[in-house]
Amino acid sequence: MTKKQIELSTEDISAVEKPANRARLVKAPEHFISQELISDINAHGLDETRRGFLRQGFLSAVSGAVAGLATPIAFAAGEGDPAVLEKQEWQTTLGKNVATMPYGVPSIYEANLIRRESPGLTRVSAASVAFTPLQGLFGTITPNGLHFERHHQGWYNLNPETHRLMVNGMVKNARVFTMNDLMRLPSVSRTHFIECGANTGLEWGNVAVPTVQYTHGMLSCCEFTGVPLKVLLEECGADLKNGKFLLAEGGDGSGMTRTINLEACLEDAIVAWSMNGEMLRPENGFPLRLVVPGVQGVSWVKWLRRLEVGDMPWNAKDEAVHYIELMPDGMHRQYASIQECKSVITTPSGGQQLLDKGFYNVSGMAWSGRGKIKRVDVSFDGGNNWRTARLETPILTKSITRFNIDWVWDGSPAILQSRAVDDTGYIQPSIKVLRDARGNRSIYHNNAIQSWKLDSNGEVSNVQVG
Amino acid sequence: MYRLDKLFARAAIIGLVVLSMQVAHAQTAQGSAKFPGIGRNATPAEVLAWDIDVRPDFKGLPKGSGSVEQGQVIWEAKCASCHGVFGESNEIFTPIAGGTTADDIKTGKVASLGDRKQPQRTTLMKVPTVSTLWDYIYRAMPWNAPRSLTPDDTYALVAFILSLGEIVPDDFVLSNSNIAEVQKRMPNRNGMTRNHGFWSVNGKPDVNGSSCMNNCVKFVQIGSSLPDFARNAHGNIEEQNRLYGPYRGSDSTKPPIDKLPGSAAEGLAHAGDTHATATKGPATIFKNENCSACHAPNAKLVGPSIADIAAKYKGQSGAQEKLMAKVKNGGSGVWGSIPMPPQSQLSDQDRATLVHWVLTGQ
Repeated sequence: MTKKQIELSTEDISAVEKPANRARLVKAPEHFISQELISDINAHGLDETRRGFLRQGFLSAVSGAVAGLATPIAFAAGEGDPAVLEKQEWQTTLGKNVATMPYGVPSIYEANLIRRESPGLTRVSAASVAFTPLQGLFGTITPNGLHFERHHQGWYNLNPETHRLMVNGMVKNARVFTMNDLMRLPSVSRTHFIECGANTGLEWGNVAVPTVQYTHGMLSCCEFTGVPLKVLLEECGADLKNGKFLLAEGGDGSGMTRTINLEACLEDAIVAWSMNGEMLRPENGFPLRLVVPGVQGVSWVKWLRRLEVGDMPWNAKDEAVHYIELMPDGMHRQYASIQECKSVITTPSGGQQLLDKGFYNVSGMAWSGRGKIKRVDVSFDGGNNWRTARLETPILTKSITRFNIDWVWDGSPAILQSRAVDDTGYIQPSIKVLRDARGNRSIYHNNAIQSWKLDSNGEVSNVQVG
Repeated sequence: MYRLDKLFARAAIIGLVVLSMQVAHAQTAQGSAKFPGIGRNATPAEVLAWDIDVRPDFKGLPKGSGSVEQGQVIWEAKCASCHGVFGESNEIFTPIAGGTTADDIKTGKVASLGDRKQPQRTTLMKVPTVSTLWDYIYRAMPWNAPRSLTPDDTYALVAFILSLGEIVPDDFVLSNSNIAEVQKRMPNRNGMTRNHGFWSVNGKPDVNGSSCMNNCVKFVQIGSSLPDFARNAHGNIEEQNRLYGPYRGSDSTKPPIDKLPGSAAEGLAHAGDTHATATKGPATIFKNENCSACHAPNAKLVGPSIADIAAKYKGQSGAQEKLMAKVKNGGSGVWGSIPMPPQSQLSDQDRATLVHWVLTGQ
């Protein structure tokens, strides 16, 4: 930019000088005008409209420079907030270069929001679970680094170059696919929640854990990209008339196997390689996992290496010894797969501390394994009276929907609850209704209304009512 | 007979080779009409290598056999360290055996499951199908060396487990030809139901909530809350929430505060701190480097507990150097027959930190 290209008139100069009365005129920082305006002026010359833009840009640049003067302006005590009145380091020094963090990480101020284990829940960390910190999340998408973890025999970074997917059983041709093959197939990208069947399982008998991270944190929601299961099975000539069941097998040490009910899942299951725009994380099955929308997480087999079409369920260990629900009569419900409609308030939630009374945007998540969320009601008095919350869009099937509701807290004790309804008309039940039907030894599929008690000291705690 | 078998085997191998050559030939020519150039047919050997699952109707079960006696020998060498000598251990995994009766074997339903006071469910109390045991042991056991057992080892181990539940006698030899008979004696073979609405997306739910909006409950009663002693059982909740913003975590190392902290959080102890510092202490290394897969603080897992190691080397000069070498190069024979693999991925500094921590707790 040369002086010839942009010449300021005396009118422009005086306009600049006026607000700078209390300080000397300082040199404007370089590039105070946008590149677009410079190109525009170079091309078309300086007319009145463009001169106006120029004035504004120069003005804001100069007023910014005034705040950054070498001589500090002293303010008397009580004149205002030091965070406003005093200069900050990030205003007055040079920031970091681009790509200082080639793969970005959250702010250092977010260090407390990490996946955590529940002490005493499991005895071996390679067959355990790490919970998502729902208390700190916004919206519906779980950041990849915070997606909950559940492994049955530890996790690995599988080599994608040697990873294979075999499709066999009741198919015309047993086939082998490489990642090179799979990632050429027609793909879909869909957002779905994944919830472990044992999420909230610790709470069947009584309150057992303090925060929403441990009560509901085996829940995540991502945009998954992959090839529809149906496309892959049809490509292999699967006999879908007689083969109603699919065995999905993982490539980990446990050789994780789960029977998939094709009747329930053929239309929307995905053989996925991506979550939230990047490849799957190793803890979540890199390079390939099965996505079975609406069905409990254990069926979303990670490190997927084989699919077998068959005419009967397999009774694998995790469908004949675990992931079975003990009923009061001593029978176990087997193959209980669907995650029914459920919701939870995440802010404020158990273990949190409110600072003061007044206005709050009470916020939470709702989801259903049978379809879309239709409505969420919120109670502040332990379920006596309810108000309908705002649902944020888009509302997607078998995905998390964020709800919000305005609330002015008067400082007196309250019990907060949320109750979701899905588009089948199913209403999220109370823990009492669930216990009456299934006892309290079931472990799995606890989708009860969650209650958070707010005390007058601002502390929130986990309670069950009724 | 031997020669005939051999002949058949050779014929089968030749057949296999011919078949796979045909398959290989067919792949290039065939492709798929819809997605040409993507994927290829699996060879029979590939399917054989990967399709190892065994169904309840025993489809997929390889031929073979194993005795209770053989099973006990393998069990004590490879399984007992986690599951206990009699499959009773509840220290690392839930118990394998116990809780089933001769009557359960007759009825096929474990009676104690209906007892609400029953504290623990063992594998034999739950598992309805013997195929499940066979499939899982063969595919995933032992814990630290999956897929190292032969089919005969697996028959022997299943036989041993069944003998612990008195489902088969102590002199039993389990094989592919008698396993279906054994299935008829599984104590919980009639204990599973699929009569529920959770198997299909169109299934009928067993409960439904209330749509009441006003004056729904006369009296709100708190039935359960976290006991005071559990307040800090999950670590300090304050450090599990943001240290800024409207939703802080409560300091669970202390009793609840007396009054609201105020909108500038002036009443909170952490008001001056804004973020936690990340640490890479020995406990973090211990976990991240997978030491915890085989070692626990106080319980014996595959390897000895930290407490046992510290006790054994207490006061010994040169223990630090000795154990550092063991961690680096691996070792066996000191704590049993299961070897510890070399941990060459650890830096010298991390190794020193870890061993010092194991020996001194610091």
